[in-house]
Amino acid sequence: MEWLVEFPTMDGARLTALKKAIDLGFRQFTRAWGPTIEWMLEPVRWFMINMERLMLNTPWPIMLAVFALIAWAASRSKKITGGVIFTLVLIGYFGMWEDTMRTIAMTVVATLLAIVFGIPIGIAMARSGIAMARSNRVQATINPILDVMQTMPSFVYLIPVVMLLGIGRVPGLIAVMIYAIPPIIRLTNLGIRLVDKDVLEAADAFGSSSWQRLKNVQMPLALPTIMAGVNQTIMMALAMVVVASMIGVQGLGLPVLQAIANQYFTLGIFNGLAIVGIAIIFDRTSQAYGKRLQKHLETVHG
Amino acid sequence: MAEGLGIEVRGLYKIFGTNPSAFVDAVKGGMTKKELNERHNHVLGLRDINISMPGGGITVVMGLSGSGKSTLIRHVNRLIDPTVGEMLVGGEDVTKMGPDALREFRRHKTAMVFQKFALLPHRTVLDNTVYGLEVQGLPRDKQEQEARRWIARVGLSGFEQKYPNQLSGGMQQRVGLARALTNDAPILLMDEAFSALDPLIRMDMQSVLLDLQKEIKKTIVFITHDLDEALRLGDKIAILRDGEVVQQGSGQDIVLKPADEYIANFVREVNRGRVIFVETIMAEGAKPDAKAVPIPAGTTLEEAAKRMTEAGTMAAAVTGQNGKVLGALSMQALIGAMVTPVSHDKAA
Repeated sequence: MEWLVEFPTMDGARLTALKKAIDLGFRQFTRAWGPTIEWMLEPVRWFMINMERLMLNTPWPIMLAVFALIAWAASRSKKITGGVIFTLVLIGYFGMWEDTMRTIAMTVVATLLAIVFGIPIGIAMARSGIAMARSNRVQATINPILDVMQTMPSFVYLIPVVMLLGIGRVPGLIAVMIYAIPPIIRLTNLGIRLVDKDVLEAADAFGSSSWQRLKNVQMPLALPTIMAGVNQTIMMALAMVVVASMIGVQGLGLPVLQAIANQYFTLGIFNGLAIVGIAIIFDRTSQAYGKRLQKHLETVHG
Repeated sequence: MAEGLGIEVRGLYKIFGTNPSAFVDAVKGGMTKKELNERHNHVLGLRDINISMPGGGITVVMGLSGSGKSTLIRHVNRLIDPTVGEMLVGGEDVTKMGPDALREFRRHKTAMVFQKFALLPHRTVLDNTVYGLEVQGLPRDKQEQEARRWIARVGLSGFEQKYPNQLSGGMQQRVGLARALTNDAPILLMDEAFSALDPLIRMDMQSVLLDLQKEIKKTIVFITHDLDEALRLGDKIAILRDGEVVQQGSGQDIVLKPADEYIANFVREVNRGRVIFVETIMAEGAKPDAKAVPIPAGTTLEEAAKRMTEAGTMAAAVTGQNGKVLGALSMQALIGAMVTPVSHDKAA
C-alpha cells in the first residue's frame, strides 16, 4: 500500500538521466548555434549600446528638454509635461540620473522590439481568423505559447538565455522583450477582431485589396486597442528590469538587487520609487497619446 | 459611364450551413425551408431566384426581415457566394470571377450604400467620400475633385472636414450616397439605405435619389421593407418571402393584380392614386366628352384628378406622345380605381 501514501515517482536514476539528457541536448544546441544567434543579434546589440550611449553622453538639460518635448507632443497636456519634468528632476537630484537613463534606454529598445515583432504576429492571428471564418489555427497555436510566456516565472527563462548568450545587456534585453511581448500581441489581435463588420464589408464592397483593408480600416480602427497593448508592454518591460539585473543588466535594477542582498532599505526604496516614477511617466504619456488618437469619436452629434 | 448595365439573376440558390451543396438537390426537389432547418440544421436563404433587372432603371427588392433580400443584394457584388446559380452583370457571370477579376469588378462596376451607413469613423466626410477612388489608385487631386462635386450634389457642402460622428443620421447617409456616387460605377446597390432614417428625412432622401437618377441613369438595386418606398422608387419591383420571389412586375401590376393573399394584404393600405396611371383604367378608343381636359398618358390618377378638378370638368381625354387621343376617362371611373376594391378586403 505504499503507492497510496507516497506518490509513485519515476525512479531516481532514470529521472536524473532524463534531466541530464535534456541539459546536454540544450548545451550542444548552445554550442552549435550560440555564435550564429549572437551574430544575428548584432544589430540589436549595436542599437542598444548606442541608444544607451546617446542618452548618457547627452548633457542632462538637453535630455530633460527632449523628454519634456516628447511628453508634450504625445499628450498636449501641460499637467503631464510638468509631471514628467518634476519626476525627472527629483530622480536626478537624488543621484539616480545615470541609472535611470540606462533603464529608460533598455525599456525603449525592448518596447520597440516588442512592437516590431508583436504587431505583425497579432495581425497574423487576427487575419487568419477573419479571412477563413472556420480556421483559427494561428491563434490556436500562438495563444498557448503566450499563456506559458505570461505565467512562467520570469527567473526561469533567464536560464536558457544566459546559457545561449551569456550575461550582459543583450541577453537581458531579450529576456525583457520575451516577458513584455504578450500584451501587444494579444491586444493587436483583439483590436483587429473587434473592428465593425459593417465597415469591413463596405471596404470589401468598394474592392479593397487585403492590404488596403488592413491599412485603411483594420489598423486605424484597432489603433486605440493596440495603444493599450503598447502601454501594457511598457509596464511589463519596466517590471522585468529588476529581474534582468540578475544577469548583468545595469540600471535601476542593480542597486535594488544590492539592497536586497545587503538589506539597504533606503537604497532599495529610492531606486524602487525611481522605477515607479518612470513607469508613471510612460503610462500617462502613452495613454494620453492613445486618447488623442480617438478624438474623432468624442464629438458626438447630439 | 457604361450606361444601362443590366443584371440577370438565374436559378440562384443560397443555403447556409456547414455543407450546403449536399442539400441543393433536395431543395430543388421541393424540401421546405422548415424541414431543411429542423432535420438538417441548414438555413435556406434563397430559393430559385430569377430576376431580370433592366439597365438604367431602379429595381426594388421588397420583403420583410428574414425574407432574404439583403442576402440577395450581396450576391450582386458577391459579398456572399451563392450555393448554385448565375449572376450575370452585363453578360458576365459574377459567380465565376477569380479574386482579381472580382476586385476589379467591385472597384469599377458597382458601388454600395448600407443600412447602417458603414462610414469610416476616423476619416472626415471628404476622406470617406474619396474611398472608392483611393482604392482604385487615382491621383489625389482627381479624387478630391470628384468627391467635392458629389458632396455638393447631395447637399453637404461645408461639411467636408467633419467626422461622421458629428453628423445626424440623414447627413451620414448622404455621405454614404456621395461615397457610392463618387465611384461612378454603372451599378448602385442600396441595401435598406433609407430604412434607418426618420420618415420625413427618408422622403427627402428618396427625392434626392429620384432627382439624381434622372441625371445619372444608373442601374439601381434598391432593397426595402417598405412598400410605399418600393412603389415610389421602383421601375420594377420584386417581392421576396421566405427566400422566394412571390411576384415581380411594375408597381401598378403589383397593386392591381397581387399574386396572392400575402401581397394583397400588403397593397391594401397603399395610396393607389399615386401608383396607377390614367391609361390603365381609361376606356380605350372611346370618344372623350366635349368638355374633356387632355391628360398625357403616364400621369398618375391623383395628378389627373387634381387637373380635372382645376379645369372644373368631370371628364378627361388621355393623350399619347403626339397629342393623339388614346381614350376617355371619367371622374367616376377614376375615383372608383383609387379606392381599394372590395375583393381585396374579402381576401384579407
